[in-house]
Amino acid sequence: MSGYKIIVLAKQVPDTRNVGKDAMKADGTVNRAALPAVFNPEDLQALEQALQVKDRYPGTTITLLTMGPGRASEIIREGMYRGADNGILITDRKFAGSDTLATSYAISLAIKKLAPFDMVISGRQAIDGDTAQVGPQAAEKVGIPQVTYAEKIVSVSNNKVKVIRRLELGVETVEAPLPVLITVHGSAPQCRSRNARLLMKYKHAKTASEMQHDTDIYMELHTKRPYLEIQEWTVEDLNADTKWLGLSGSPTKVKKVNNVVFTAKESKVLGTTDEEIEELIKELLENHTIG
Amino acid sequence: MDSIFIYCEIDEGAVVDVSLELLTKGRSLANELNCKLEAVVIGSNLKGIEKKLYPFGVDIVHLADEERLYPYLTLPHAALLSKLFTKEKPQIVLFGATSIGRDLAPRVASELKCGLTADCTSLVIGEHYDKKNKKEYKNLLYQIRPAFGGNIIATIINPETRPQLATVREGVMKKEEMDPGYKGTLNKIETSSTLTDAHFIVKIIERHMEKKQINIKGSQTIISGGYGMGSKENFDMLFDLAKVLGGEVGGSRAAVDAGYIPHERQIGQTGITVRPHLYIACGISGAVQHRAGMEESSMIISINNDSKAPINSIADYSIIGDVAEVIPKLIKYYKKNAK
Repeated sequence: MSGYKIIVLAKQVPDTRNVGKDAMKADGTVNRAALPAVFNPEDLQALEQALQVKDRYPGTTITLLTMGPGRASEIIREGMYRGADNGILITDRKFAGSDTLATSYAISLAIKKLAPFDMVISGRQAIDGDTAQVGPQAAEKVGIPQVTYAEKIVSVSNNKVKVIRRLELGVETVEAPLPVLITVHGSAPQCRSRNARLLMKYKHAKTASEMQHDTDIYMELHTKRPYLEIQEWTVEDLNADTKWLGLSGSPTKVKKVNNVVFTAKESKVLGTTDEEIEELIKELLENHTIG
Repeated sequence: MDSIFIYCEIDEGAVVDVSLELLTKGRSLANELNCKLEAVVIGSNLKGIEKKLYPFGVDIVHLADEERLYPYLTLPHAALLSKLFTKEKPQIVLFGATSIGRDLAPRVASELKCGLTADCTSLVIGEHYDKKNKKEYKNLLYQIRPAFGGNIIATIINPETRPQLATVREGVMKKEEMDPGYKGTLNKIETSSTLTDAHFIVKIIERHMEKKQINIKGSQTIISGGYGMGSKENFDMLFDLAKVLGGEVGGSRAAVDAGYIPHERQIGQTGITVRPHLYIACGISGAVQHRAGMEESSMIISINNDSKAPINSIADYSIIGDVAEVIPKLIKYYKKNAK
């Protein structure tokens, strides 16, 4: 048994779960640039599912695939510290402005370039957009089936994977042939923590762009240890048609963005008169707190 | 051509609520755009289901009725929809933002190479002027949704691609029959020319579906009651308010201990942690144990007789008064002002 080849899709996202005081602007809106960048939580859970397959089936390899700006290599290193074998960063200015359809196009090309593979595993959705669209769209473009909302990958055998799915009204066990794309639900187990040995092994893992700034000692290290290179793929490497990328490849456009304004927690005290209650309801409707 | 299509999700032989809500919304959009409203139903053993849909103002029901099409599987449903939409060329297609809708819509959108907006909270018809290309668009669907963890509200449009696809959460739109005698027609979809064994390679081995359970964690509006509610019966009005606002009901530990509300609805350190857009705390004093489970809510309103209750210190609005007096007024003025 030689194990399985797994691609884990991950995204670096602003930590929208913890909007602290520092991230608030004077007008009460969120300063998105001030939010820390983190490994999207459900993508970490997807990595854990891949690692559990690797634990059970020796010889399994995990490639972490992400798309983003140069600094998104941080999450590839984070993945390596936990057990991913290597990583690829899809990065190019031409990807800027991509919506989920254009993003899934770029990712599907990278997945195809990595073929043959057995499983693509990703989080169900990312906390900055919460759309849950890129997984299924990438599966469609690659031409493989999808199994969404996985809580557990139960077993892999005879070219089939058995998965428990968490649905809003219960659970379902399905069996899908390989290759398949699986998205992992937030109810799946959390990812294991960094492994000290792997941290030592991969702490100097870098992309070619990052290595440019290296001193000679590290240059030598990278020549000696080729596994420390995080590959960077551009539009050219993917042989992508720019028509389907970035703004031109994105059918959805953002027409308008309204910041939701949070006022400081200085309680407004109201009485119970009809006027006061109606005023409150109008305000809640106006700022979309209620629909 | 140019119709509005609603994908009607089936659960145990019946169309689910969110799909009926979308039919109601679809009808009003269709009136505004002067186009037809059409429904797509895919499942098995659905004879006569079209009669349940016509009263919502559905002009055409497209029905694919075959043993293998229930329970839901992604590939056959996606294949049937893609083929139907390619032929019928709708301008708008809406799905419920359910486990099924959020699995299916992106697959279809990808195949049609069309834009899709997830989890819309509002849908409005509007226009757009593209400054760069000096092009004017009329009758676009404004797809309005929260993003960035609820910190922004974005309006999304698909100027060029058709259909414009969107998913909508349950409870956002109102469900209302339009005319019990409305006359629609049935179009039976012939499935055998589309579906092959390759569409059924994913197999369901086991299913454990529960009755519609409470989903406090996923709810963006939570009405919560404490010991100050005084009785189990008084919680009924919290359920009334939750129903009107499309939210869920929770309770403090003291309310659970007093038997006013079951443990599965307990919010706090020993219960569920929630971060809804709106949290209304009724008769809750605000012990630390409770606050730990809800203080990250975007907006907190407390209703309490006691102006010194600790909950007021973390509330955006504190209504000082009797819950029994305030709740009916909230319901009344919501109904009056909501669109």
